[in-house]
This record gives sequence, C-alpha cells and structure tokens, in this order.
Amino acid sequence: MIETLKITNLHVSVGEKQILNGVNLTINRGEVHALMGPNGSGKSTLAGVIMGHPNYEVTEGTIELNGQDILEWDATERARAGVFMAFQRPMAIPGVKMADFLRHATTNVRNPQRKEGEQLIPMREFRKELREKMTQLKMDEEFARRYVNDGFSGGEMKRAEILQMAMLRPKFAILDETDSGLDVDAVKLASQSIAEIGGAEMGILIITHHDRLLEHNTPDFTHVILGGRIVETGGVELARELYTEGYEKVRERHPEDAAIEKEMAAKDKQLVGGGV
Amino acid sequence: MSTAIAAKGFSQAAFDAYLAARDEPAWLLDMRRKAWARFQDLPLPSVRDEEWMRTDIRLFKLDRFELPDALGHGEASQGQVPHALLAAGVNLGGRAVVMNSHALSAKLEPSLAKQGVLFGSLQHLVKEHGDLLRPFFERRVVDPHKDKFAALNAACWSGGTLLYVPKGVRIEQPLHALSAISNGGVDLDKTLVILEPGADATMLSETASTDTTGGGMHCGSIELIVEQGARLRYVNLQNWGHEVWHFAHQKGHVGREGRLQWTIGALGSRLAKVNQHVAMTGPDAEVQVNGVMFTEGKQHLSYNTHQHHQAAFCKSDLLYKAALQDKSRTVWRGMIRVERDAQRTDAYQRNDNLMLSRDARADSIPGLEIEADDVRCTHGSTSGRVDDQQLFYAMTRGYTRREAVRMIVAGFFQQVFDRITIESVRDALSEAIGRRVSDIKGL
Repeated sequence: MIETLKITNLHVSVGEKQILNGVNLTINRGEVHALMGPNGSGKSTLAGVIMGHPNYEVTEGTIELNGQDILEWDATERARAGVFMAFQRPMAIPGVKMADFLRHATTNVRNPQRKEGEQLIPMREFRKELREKMTQLKMDEEFARRYVNDGFSGGEMKRAEILQMAMLRPKFAILDETDSGLDVDAVKLASQSIAEIGGAEMGILIITHHDRLLEHNTPDFTHVILGGRIVETGGVELARELYTEGYEKVRERHPEDAAIEKEMAAKDKQLVGGGV
Repeated sequence: MSTAIAAKGFSQAAFDAYLAARDEPAWLLDMRRKAWARFQDLPLPSVRDEEWMRTDIRLFKLDRFELPDALGHGEASQGQVPHALLAAGVNLGGRAVVMNSHALSAKLEPSLAKQGVLFGSLQHLVKEHGDLLRPFFERRVVDPHKDKFAALNAACWSGGTLLYVPKGVRIEQPLHALSAISNGGVDLDKTLVILEPGADATMLSETASTDTTGGGMHCGSIELIVEQGARLRYVNLQNWGHEVWHFAHQKGHVGREGRLQWTIGALGSRLAKVNQHVAMTGPDAEVQVNGVMFTEGKQHLSYNTHQHHQAAFCKSDLLYKAALQDKSRTVWRGMIRVERDAQRTDAYQRNDNLMLSRDARADSIPGLEIEADDVRCTHGSTSGRVDDQQLFYAMTRGYTRREAVRMIVAGFFQQVFDRITIESVRDALSEAIGRRVSDIKGL
C-alpha cells in the first residue's frame, strides 16, 4: 500500500484571521513536492497545521494520514505517526544536549507506544547511529554535545533540523524554508544532505523561495499557493519559472485569489495599525 | 504532635540541664550562655522586620519543639536514616551521619586522618580538639546575635559536623555529611568547615527527613572558613519533609587568594528562611555561589544572599535558579556590598525563575551597596513560564507535553550544574534534582 498524506479543502484561521481558504494537496510517500508562494500566502501556516500547532484552528476540511483523520491528534501523536517538520526558526532549549534530546525523541518516534519512563534506546547503539549520521552530514561530533539550537548560527540550526530528520526517519517531512538565511554553499549542502539521508524514502514537502534546495531533490510536483489556496500545480519547470520571474504572472492568471491575497495583506496592516 | 512535647519548649531549666550534661570546654559553655541570654531577649522576627516582610512565620510555634536530649538517649534510633542523594556514585573520603541532632556515625579514610584531617561530629571533636578549634569559634563567622534563630543555634547547637583540613593538605575525595530528622524532630545542626592555608577539599552535605511529608524544625548554622590560597567546594542540599520549618544562617569567609564554590539545592521544607553570606576578607579571593530551588505545594523558600567585598581584587559570581509549581513561593533578596577599600571588585548576581503554575510566585530583589569607586557590579533577574513554542517544538519530536516540560526544566537547572567542575558531584546533584523534576505533573 502506498502511504499518503492527504489534505482536503482545508480552511484555517488564527484568531479572527482566515489564512487558508481550501487547500487540497496529496503527498505519496516517495514523492517530492515543492510549495512556493509569495510572503503571507499561507505556506508556514500549512506546515504548522499539518504538524498540529495549537494556535491554528481548522474551520473546515480534513488532514488524513493513510486514510485516518489526524486533526484531533496533538503534535506528539503526529510525530510518532511519522510526520516531521523542519522548522524555519527552530527553538533553542538551553541546558539540554542535542544528543540527549535526540535520544529521547528517537526512542519515542520509533516506539510510538512508549510510555513515559520506559527504557530509551541503549546509549551505545544510539551514539553509534548518531555518529554515522553526523559524519554523513559532515557535522562535527562536538555538535551533539551542544545545547539544542542554543547559540547556533542560522546554518547550524538548519543542519541540526536535517540531522533530526535523519534520526527520526519520518514517513512525511515538511521543510519550512530550510534554505532561508543560508548562503549558496549552505543551501547546496542542505540540499545534498536531504537527498543523502534517504529523502527518496519519504514524502517531502519543501517550502521554499528558491530553486536551489530543489537541486538534489527534484520535485515531482510544484505547487503555487496564493491567498490561502493552491492555485497551480506543475512540474519542476514551474519552480524555475517562479524563481526567475516571480509571482506576477500567477496573479494575472488567478485574479480572484490575487484579490484575496491583497485583502489579507490589507487586514494585516489594519491589525498592525490598530495596535493589535 | 503529642502534647507532651508542646509542654517542654525551650525553658531556662531545660537549657541549664542541657548544658550541665554536655561536658564541654568552659569557653564553649560560656559562648552558649551568652547566646542564650541573647536568645531570650530577642523576639521572634515578624513581618515588620524588613528582612522578614515577605516571610510570615506567625504559624511557627517554637514551644512545640524542645531541646534535644543532651545524651542522645533513644532519639537517634527513631526512624530509618534517609537515603543520601548526594553520595550516589561518588567515591567518598569520609561520611558522617547526624540524626535528630545526635551523631550516629562518622568515618574518615585513615590516610586522611594521618595527615591531620578532622572530620565527623563537631560535638565530639570539639571536646578533643578544643584548643585548635576555639579561635575559629571565636571568629564568629555567623553572628550569634543576629536574630533569635542565630542565637538559638549558637546557644543550643548539637551534633553538627566538622571538617578541618590542615595547611597544604589536598583531599581528592569528597566528604559527605547527612543530617536527618524524624517526624516532629529538631535539628540544631552546626557545620564548621576550616581549610587552613593552601588546603583543598570538597564537602557534600545534605539534610533530609525520614518521612518526606513529615514536620519538624531545623535551626542551623554553617560556617565555612577558607584561609589564604585554600580551595573549598561545598554543596548543601536541603531536602526536608514538606512540613519542616527551616531557619539557617550560613556564611563563608574567604581569605587572600582563596576560592570558594558554594552550591545549594533547596527542595524541601514548609518554610525556609536562609541567610547565605559570603565575605571576601583578603585580596584576590574568588567566590562562586550557585543555587537551585524547586518548590511545590504551598512551600515558601526565602533566601537572603550577601556578597560582601571587604578587600580589593576579589570576584564573586552568584546564580540562583528556581522552578516553582502549584502555589509555592520563593523570595530571593540579593545584596552585593562593596567596602571602600575593595577596589577592582568584580561582582555579579543573577536570579532566574521558571514558573510552572499560574498560582506560584517568585520575588526577586537584587541590591547593590557600593562604597568603592573602581568596581564592576552587575545583576539581573528573569521570571517566566515554560515557552509554548519550546513545548510545541519538543512535541513535534515525539515528546509528550509532560516529558517536554520536564526536559525544559531539567535544562533550566543544567545551566547551574554546568558550573560545577567535579563530574561526580555534578551528576549526583543533577540526579537528586532530576528525581523531583520527574515528578512534575505537567502544565
């Protein structure tokens, strides 16, 4: 059976504000999808809502994992079911070493039924695997002894996210602007890394502004999101077009969604202006 | 608590009988009598005293408690000695146990004894080594007249622990002292640590109840004397039962080029009022003070810290961290005092509080009093809740919400443990705190 993450007619709001207006997206395991769109079009919201962020309210539609509705699941359950997100801005957890953080995380994700206090993966076995993955990602061993994202540079954070993905071996991974804030070489390394850690085994949704991250992970599908809806789906050539030519042509082709985009942006300004 | 106990209290007759049975050097009995007179003159502190305005002890009734039986008959056998948390996995050079203010046992590696190290019951050792110890008693590191509790301890201390390290002797293995009480018991402990010039030692001391929900009273003192060029690492972990009243005066004197690293952990007691002072008495002394507090229920832990710079070129660095659950409360009042001659002082104090419930409260009151003009003194404090974004991040990695909270709290404390350089000590302390962290109910 092909495993599938299926999003149907998804409407999402944050507080008063409607952000997603009926997103449809189906990702099969083994496929690479690119999601592109201008700022404020709902890309990160989609990532967050797939992962179960409590601030987002789903007002309509479904998210299904292999036919099972996961909307009521919290982030823990989704993670343990094999859904992963690489954060655009990962959180620092001072005082907690990367290796300890990951050992616990890896144990939980690989044994979804694990209860608190039950055995963790044996230290020796875990360290060996972690060392292998870090070597593969050309990361210094020292990295594992540092505190989670604490004082990391932008590039280090993103690589740490990829390392986590490599250890957790998700079925579906969302990479939320994993290339943002990185220089050309760092993006290249990230792109290679994703491919190397077995990207082919996963269903991947790459949220990006650039096509560089796609270099080693050629998308099977490119989606364009505008005004909270996916308005176009194409192949890798669509990603290149968007990167080189921007979104004006897309707006011209989809005037209604462009109007919604404009309206959302205006509301944003109002909210800011109103001091909210 | 039985009514028989309530009737005894701390009467003059009881005190006279107590001294008569003690067989102590005359100078010590004299000190006790003077302190007793002061104890009788002083009222119990009240919220009208500035230092006590946030710490209400109206429900504390001193006459519910009594002096320990001077001969220790029967008392020591009450209840099982609690498990020592700080001893786990540490290769110790000596161990001493005090129960209900009476020395139960004391052991010291013969190789250390041969070098002149003294370790064990202060009550016993002061009789044998009175002439050696007298000047250190008379230094009055903790002012016996400071308040009613200081006077009570100075007059009536019993049991106690002494560590004396002669000049130039360096002890690799930590020494461990446990002072325990049974339910309703009294601990009038006095700890005296003396490091002669150039000596080097680590001492781990902890206090605990036989019954984690039990009551009782601790009225104690700790005096740490670090002479020229000596180095002391001292850890004290307070893990009393949750109905114990804890009153303590604790002070370190650090001489020229001396080093003191003092780490306190506070987990237990109903109400704790602790004065923790460090004085740098000679130039180029360095002091690091670390504090870890973890409270729950209706616990109230109040710490007055004082970093007293009396000489030039000294450095002091204080970091207190508290995590609070339920309706518990902490008060930290920190003072850096720099005397006029203490030029080139480098002093720092910081207090971070992590609120694990909406009903918890942490008061953080830093203070500076600076008479010298060429100094660097800084302070900071933060109070906050566990960050929702941090929780979400950990949950996306398969942590349950509760596991995530525990991990974040453990990390919060780890920043203090990182300052402890001896690995076994660091591990033992983080393990002791970790047990409590693993009981966190969640948010």
